[in-house]
Amino acid sequence: MSLQVENLRVYYQTLRGDVKALDGATFTIEDREIMGLAGESGCGKTTLGHSLIRLTAPLRYVEGRVILDGAELPIADMARMDEFRMKRISIIPQYAMNALNPTRKIGTMTQELIRSRRMEAETSPEELRRRLDLVRLPHDVLNMYPIELSGGMKQRMVMVLSTLLNPSLLIADEITSALDVATQKAVAEMLVEFRDRGIVKSMIVITHDVSILYQVADSILVMYAGQLAEKASTETIIRSPRHPYTKMLVSSLPTVGVRYAEHKLAGIPGTTPLLLDPPQGCRFRDRCPVAFRKCVEVPPFLELAKGHWVACWKEFGSHA
Amino acid sequence: MKTAKGSEFLFFALRNPKLRVGLTVVLFFLGLSLIGPLLTHNAPFDYVNPAGADPPSSEYWFGTTTFGQDVFAQFVEGLRATFLVGLIGGGLGTLIGVIVGFTAGYRGGLVDEALNMLTNIVLVIPTLAVLLIITAYLEVRGVLIESIFIGLTAWPWTARAIRAQTFSLRSREFVDLARLSGMKSSKIVFTEIAPNMMSYLLLAFILQFGGATLIAATLDFIGLGPTTGISLGLMMNNAVLWGALYLGMWWWFVPPGLAITTIVGALYVTNVGLDEVFNPKLREM
Amino acid sequence: MLRLDGVSKVYKVGTFGGKELRAVRDVTFDVKDGEVVSLIGESGSGKTTIGKMILRLLSVASGTISIDGVDISTFKGEALKEFYRKVQGVFQDPFSSFNPIFKADKMFQVLREEFYPDMEGRDWDKKVDDSLKCVGLNPDHVLHKFPHQLSGGQLQRFLISRACLLEINLLVADEIISMLDASTRIDVLNLLADLKSGGLSILFITHDLSLAYYISERAIILQRGRVVEMGSSEKVFQNPLHPYTRMLMASVPRLDKRWEGVEQQLGHGAQPSEMAGGPAGGDTPGGEPELVEAEPDHFVAIAG
Repeated sequence: MSLQVENLRVYYQTLRGDVKALDGATFTIEDREIMGLAGESGCGKTTLGHSLIRLTAPLRYVEGRVILDGAELPIADMARMDEFRMKRISIIPQYAMNALNPTRKIGTMTQELIRSRRMEAETSPEELRRRLDLVRLPHDVLNMYPIELSGGMKQRMVMVLSTLLNPSLLIADEITSALDVATQKAVAEMLVEFRDRGIVKSMIVITHDVSILYQVADSILVMYAGQLAEKASTETIIRSPRHPYTKMLVSSLPTVGVRYAEHKLAGIPGTTPLLLDPPQGCRFRDRCPVAFRKCVEVPPFLELAKGHWVACWKEFGSHA
Repeated sequence: MKTAKGSEFLFFALRNPKLRVGLTVVLFFLGLSLIGPLLTHNAPFDYVNPAGADPPSSEYWFGTTTFGQDVFAQFVEGLRATFLVGLIGGGLGTLIGVIVGFTAGYRGGLVDEALNMLTNIVLVIPTLAVLLIITAYLEVRGVLIESIFIGLTAWPWTARAIRAQTFSLRSREFVDLARLSGMKSSKIVFTEIAPNMMSYLLLAFILQFGGATLIAATLDFIGLGPTTGISLGLMMNNAVLWGALYLGMWWWFVPPGLAITTIVGALYVTNVGLDEVFNPKLREM
Repeated sequence: MLRLDGVSKVYKVGTFGGKELRAVRDVTFDVKDGEVVSLIGESGSGKTTIGKMILRLLSVASGTISIDGVDISTFKGEALKEFYRKVQGVFQDPFSSFNPIFKADKMFQVLREEFYPDMEGRDWDKKVDDSLKCVGLNPDHVLHKFPHQLSGGQLQRFLISRACLLEINLLVADEIISMLDASTRIDVLNLLADLKSGGLSILFITHDLSLAYYISERAIILQRGRVVEMGSSEKVFQNPLHPYTRMLMASVPRLDKRWEGVEQQLGHGAQPSEMAGGPAGGDTPGGEPELVEAEPDHFVAIAG
């Protein structure tokens, strides 16, 4: 599978004007790549994830192209996207595990879903059972109501449903946030297993928890205020980031092994800009310790080294 | 009390079409009920037209009944009664509903269970049957009794809504923080919780008002209304009793029927509009 | 300065309170002056319940909670107010902690009415300014604003400034940074550490082991309302003895090393800790566990 996103711009419509939630995203994802999409609230990661599969009001498509496996995705056209949804590209939305209809048995809901998408041919009962085995759910979960399942079980059920048709690309939006630590680990590892077994080819894992990404993602794309900041392999992002925001973000994360008394971590002073009327150029420049006059122009997202993209004027100086 | 939302509400309130239309209609009828009786020198039950039933004319704007009574005079007097029932019945219903709902929501536990049971009982009481029994005992009934009866039986829905809202507010952390600031419970209720519920109270009252009006009209229409005085429902009752439908005396039953429908409809539309004003998520883009 | 002795909390659930839910079971620990203690547990562990009991927002079913040796359940009226001069709390959701229809600084007004009714206007203004600066807020930026005009981080600091204003001894911080952005979290955490060096005791309630490790000297691990391990943070984190603690340490995602392989943690079905409506209330078979001192300042619960 291959994904190319070119200059994607999607704005959020509000009474007071357009919020420039995603302003110019260009990146690629390779076959078998699990890419983490990280950033703080308002950075645009959920907007990006949703734009790829369900671009509907209040989101508004402005410009850009998305090419999946060589075919251009008609992301602005909800009806035409139906062909691709669940089959080529699928999503596990945030809070999905809480959105299960409480009055339906899991099995009934699954059947309704299969029928509504006309997937009877591809999803035999044996296949369904095989998938349940894969996520280690007992077969009689199909006879239970959502309330009888724990958070982790519901999340795994949702994973099964979203991947029934073996989509090329799976988008997982904050699927570990509401789970306790052990379940989080199990669910995160299950994602990797899905990729390893070929059920999905590549993944975009959206989360604000960078440490989970360190455990399961091959690469990480860091976003800030609607713009892409840096994309590189996980190891590079965590150990040797180049973008000032990434550097400051990673060094502000407490992890077991770091204590205040020994090593006081620092946060990033200031606040994220409001995107109704964002600042010109690089949106991080007001909080950036190394910003200079060139930063009033939007820095392009350029490949600094193999597989390492950065959007920062400071970084290009030495490589221009 | 200066609130953020105060001026924001006013802004949206004045611009909300449903609110404007609904309120205008209601105020129009209210005005009519107040000045109407001054526009005619006929009392509702005076036999003014020796010719009996006559269609509307310049002398009798709404025509006359079988007995030669001025329909317009009855209409404006009836409007007053209708508004009175709405006010007293609706007001009483709201008051009881708020007290019950709030106490149940704030105290929780056994108090909540007991009040819930009370609410459910009153909800399922067949009001019609009870009313029939009451009418058997009270030969002479006025609009006031009717209003009180309606108020005493219509409060459960309001109680439920207020209880739910109180529950949700009570578990918000600012209530905990108020306690940590040393505030007494009563002070917390009045200064922190009640202002948040103002919008709910207003909506509840409007619904009760409309509901009471409708119930009164229904009761009057089937003959369980007051024995003295006149109301819109009673007008329709009389009209049907005296064959106005067969005899084509549309001017006798159409005005009251139309008025009830319009007033109650306008009240509900106002309510929807107010809901949009108070709840930003419902506002259309 | 704070001591919990055999504290339990039982809820009556079901119709007419037929069944019992034991949210907190026989918890004993203490917090010394100027110490930061983490109370670590996942959802359903009872940690928030303990926090609320300490703040007198919930009643204790059995056992005692005492401040400087005095049982707090005896406080009423004026004594309760005095208690709140010494102990305060900050909660998880900054936006829920403020009444949305009032300005954020109305909170100060309330504190003035309740605790400093006789203070002069100018003195009061200075006190407010000082407590805002104490938490790193600029009074000009945050006064006279509504909650929705301020950020989550600013609101949490606002709430912590109550601690500075009242000059309290103990702050109960219940998941106070879990709803904040990563870049602001560490600042609020550092603020707590600074306040601690000024002599404030903090009970830091969290589910996040990394945060607990960063800031606390002692850690208490809660599982289903019971203390399973307790001691100095170093010892508890570097050498976890209880299986639950071990499981937590193995599952927490770290930035310095990867999880050890894909462990077959989930059997066919779900882990016991995952079963919905699991034995949260039932008693463990084989008697109540006891805390045993495995090494100095490191206690583990062993089934009795």
